[in-house]
Amino acid sequence: MEKWHLMTIVVLIGLTVRWTVSLNSYSGAGKPPMFGDYEAQRHWQEITFNLPVKQWAKFINPDWIELHSSRGYESQAHKLFMRTTVFIADLLIYIPAVVLYCCCLKEISTKKKIANALCILLYPGLILIDYGHFQYNSVSLGFALWGVLGLSCDWDLLGSLAFCLAINYKQMELYHSLPFFCFLLGKCFKKGLKGKGFVLLIKLACTVVASFILCWLPFFTEREQTLQVLRRLFPVDRGLFEDKVANIWCSFSVFLKIKDILPHHIQIIISFCFTFLSLLPACIKLTLQPSPKGFRFTLVSCALSFFLFSFQVHEKSILLVSLPVCLVLSEIPFMSTWFLLVSTFSMLPLLLKDELLMPSVVTTMAFFIACAISFSIFEKTSEEELHLKSFSISLRKYLPCFTFLPRIIQYLFLISVITMVLLTLITVTLEPPQKLPDLFSVLICFVSCLNFLFFLVYFNIIIMWDFKNGRNQKKIN
Amino acid sequence: MRIRLVRSARRCGNGCPRSGGVWWKLVLGSGARGDSPQMPSHPHLATSEWTLDYPPFFAWFEYALSHVAKYFDQEMLNIHNLNYSSSRTLLFQRFSVIFTDALFVYAVHECCKCIDGKKAGKELTEKPKFILSVLLLWNFGLLIVDHIHFQYNGFLFGLMLLSIARLFQKRHMEGALLFAVLLHFKHIYLYVAPAYGIYLLRSYCFTANKPDGSIRWNSFSFIRLISLGLIVFLVSALSLGPFLALNQLPQVLSRLFPFKRGLCHAYWAPNFWALYNALDKVLSVIGLELKLLDPNKIPKASMTSGLVQQFQHTVLPSVTPLATLICTLMAILPSVFCLWFKPQGPRGFLRCLILCALSSFLFGWHVHEKAILLAVLPMSLLSVGKAGDASIFLILTTTGHYSLFPLLFTAPELPIKILLMLLFTIYSISSLKTLFRKEKTLFNWMETFYLLGLAPLEIFCEFVFPFTSWKLKYPFIPLLLTSVYCAVGITYAWFRLYVSVLTDPPVGKTKKQ
Repeated sequence: MEKWHLMTIVVLIGLTVRWTVSLNSYSGAGKPPMFGDYEAQRHWQEITFNLPVKQWAKFINPDWIELHSSRGYESQAHKLFMRTTVFIADLLIYIPAVVLYCCCLKEISTKKKIANALCILLYPGLILIDYGHFQYNSVSLGFALWGVLGLSCDWDLLGSLAFCLAINYKQMELYHSLPFFCFLLGKCFKKGLKGKGFVLLIKLACTVVASFILCWLPFFTEREQTLQVLRRLFPVDRGLFEDKVANIWCSFSVFLKIKDILPHHIQIIISFCFTFLSLLPACIKLTLQPSPKGFRFTLVSCALSFFLFSFQVHEKSILLVSLPVCLVLSEIPFMSTWFLLVSTFSMLPLLLKDELLMPSVVTTMAFFIACAISFSIFEKTSEEELHLKSFSISLRKYLPCFTFLPRIIQYLFLISVITMVLLTLITVTLEPPQKLPDLFSVLICFVSCLNFLFFLVYFNIIIMWDFKNGRNQKKIN
Repeated sequence: MRIRLVRSARRCGNGCPRSGGVWWKLVLGSGARGDSPQMPSHPHLATSEWTLDYPPFFAWFEYALSHVAKYFDQEMLNIHNLNYSSSRTLLFQRFSVIFTDALFVYAVHECCKCIDGKKAGKELTEKPKFILSVLLLWNFGLLIVDHIHFQYNGFLFGLMLLSIARLFQKRHMEGALLFAVLLHFKHIYLYVAPAYGIYLLRSYCFTANKPDGSIRWNSFSFIRLISLGLIVFLVSALSLGPFLALNQLPQVLSRLFPFKRGLCHAYWAPNFWALYNALDKVLSVIGLELKLLDPNKIPKASMTSGLVQQFQHTVLPSVTPLATLICTLMAILPSVFCLWFKPQGPRGFLRCLILCALSSFLFGWHVHEKAILLAVLPMSLLSVGKAGDASIFLILTTTGHYSLFPLLFTAPELPIKILLMLLFTIYSISSLKTLFRKEKTLFNWMETFYLLGLAPLEIFCEFVFPFTSWKLKYPFIPLLLTSVYCAVGITYAWFRLYVSVLTDPPVGKTKKQ
């Protein structure tokens, strides 16, 4: 079958699954007075519409955004409108980026590219959060993906412009900013700081500054206003973590209540130090040896470091890690699929709160089956496939009999999946004991955190060891 | 391998448990709680708009379901709870459809075994078996009707496909049994009963043919005839027996064949009578403009006002049930004769079956647009065999599926039906084109133009029309346009299929199965 037919079918499947999930309940449905993210988005619309005045929204239905009186507004027509906006934003920004990215992948067959696109589009986490819980993550993730695409194809200026847009849409994208910075810096160094590299550096700096100024212009009128915006963007007053998240700090507080023991500014300093220490090796490596492949893996490890050690992390921030992992799906299908399953599982308490159990189970199974068939993941667990060959060789210098690394990883995978399934069943069927009402959410976060730590170590190993003999390898892409 | 799980993502917030099947559950479910099963003469049933218009086996099926239903939600079995719907009811209903679809999946598996894969490329996705299974399992019409609109057609079509597969595999007795059972589940399959009857008589009861293919009278086997008759008799006795004993048979029959309902459904099925009605309306409008007709004599009620009622035609002669029966019989007769005089084995039987289904669809009384699935699903089996059949199949299926659009009319369902329709259409056209790429192109320019015209039609009906001023004055225009446009396509497909059946070479030169 022709390539574009198959790609169209894949995109249509992705769109169909998205819209079907959107017919479910949303965050905070019928739960006054706080409601949820859905209401938050409507509130944004209310505010941006009323002050200052913009003409376009008035055309549709003024009731939806009437200042003050539309708080908590919920109706079928409005739900349809909100869902449609997410759908269109997705269609215009995220999906073309995914399709283009898969088409630009090198050294794999057409069928594999299309299967790759299918799996990325079927990733349950993003679908459930955007179309179920209700957010617009696909906009910022889409822009970030355009950024990655630009940088991989050597369109550095466009790529950095796209990434600036992503950051200015959602400040969470700063998780990805370090790898972008290091990769571009590395490229400048490679071209030589005295000649073309310097020119590139200047051009990039101008692009970044210009795009930031453009986005922030309306807010520059007063210094006080700018500071207010910054304070809202980075709520340092809020504390190390909120609610239950698969973070180191949250899991650690099971044993030791850090929040209560340490003073506020110490908490910030500790989290800062841990975050930067964990991502420093990968970033330095990327600056010294910039390559698109290294760039992608560094995106994963940096975002994961931020997620695990940063402050005020929300469980939805795992999506920022999932996007880069989707990008490396074709290179390490087994581990990526495993990671993406865990990432969806880690958001389970949130999804259950929004009554999205059925869609999450179905989409997760569909995703798993799609990946298992497209990539035959269970056959790709050898050392070579897992990119652990160099690491194993180094390790065998000290422990000559260490040949069973793939076996260990397979067992770990099995244990992880069984634990996830069991925890899901328990959370859905049983009631937690009276004394520990949050028992199940904490367990889920704890287990996910352990998994994420393992992945952090794994991805860092790949970055540091696999590219060690970079000059000796034939394929450096 | 087929990812049917994603289907259950379709079970969203759509509360549409509107089918006669639910009613049976209510009626017999009260039996599950200990009351005695109510007979069709209960006063409440006369008042409900969803009447018990299915044969007895379906009632027993719903009875079985109601026993499971009581674990989900007791309230839905209360006979006084008309139009009751809760989230648990919905969950149970949806799950029951998915569960019973297992029979459909099995039937598809059996049908795939009957297809020969000689044309296969090396790729899995290019094999006829794979294409056929996707065309059947992901059939847009079935998905929409079963899982969104809500009915149990999946497992009924599973029974039909299974009986066809058995006839292909020369297990005629099983095929006959399955079909007899099917008839007592849903009597709409009477449409295709002539094909079964004639085929079994001709190719099974007469055990051998003369060398030139004509009938050999002395090879008639009484034993086979009697065994077939016994099967049909036993099944009917099982189904209608209890009602016969209780003297309720006339009531059951009157509910099964509600001739009071009118020539067309509230939404005209795209058949010949839709074209007839449209012509009548056009002529009456022209007649009024040219002052040839007296405005006082024309009945006020529009035929598509949304209610099921009887009406009279204004210009052309009115149509009675008898007239439709005669037209249907006349339309079926040539194909049945072909099956008798030029038997071509199971393949010929399948063509005759499709023609019977299509002819009954085109000329029947009070045909539902869902009945097009009766022709579309068996046609999928033929489509992976020959290029000509593939082309007819694509026209039939695209127009037939498009004609199902008015079944889903709420705004949230609009993207789903468009996306699913696009998915299925793109896949079917593209995969069949690839399968038959070495032969001539599947469509000529006229057919391509016609199929592409569906897109502007949809845009007009769903996006442009609701915002124009005609919406209040002539609310039926989108339905009228849809059914007339599709009727043209379906009639054309019927005609082409007839031509190919009648002009097929006789049996000596056809391929063996």
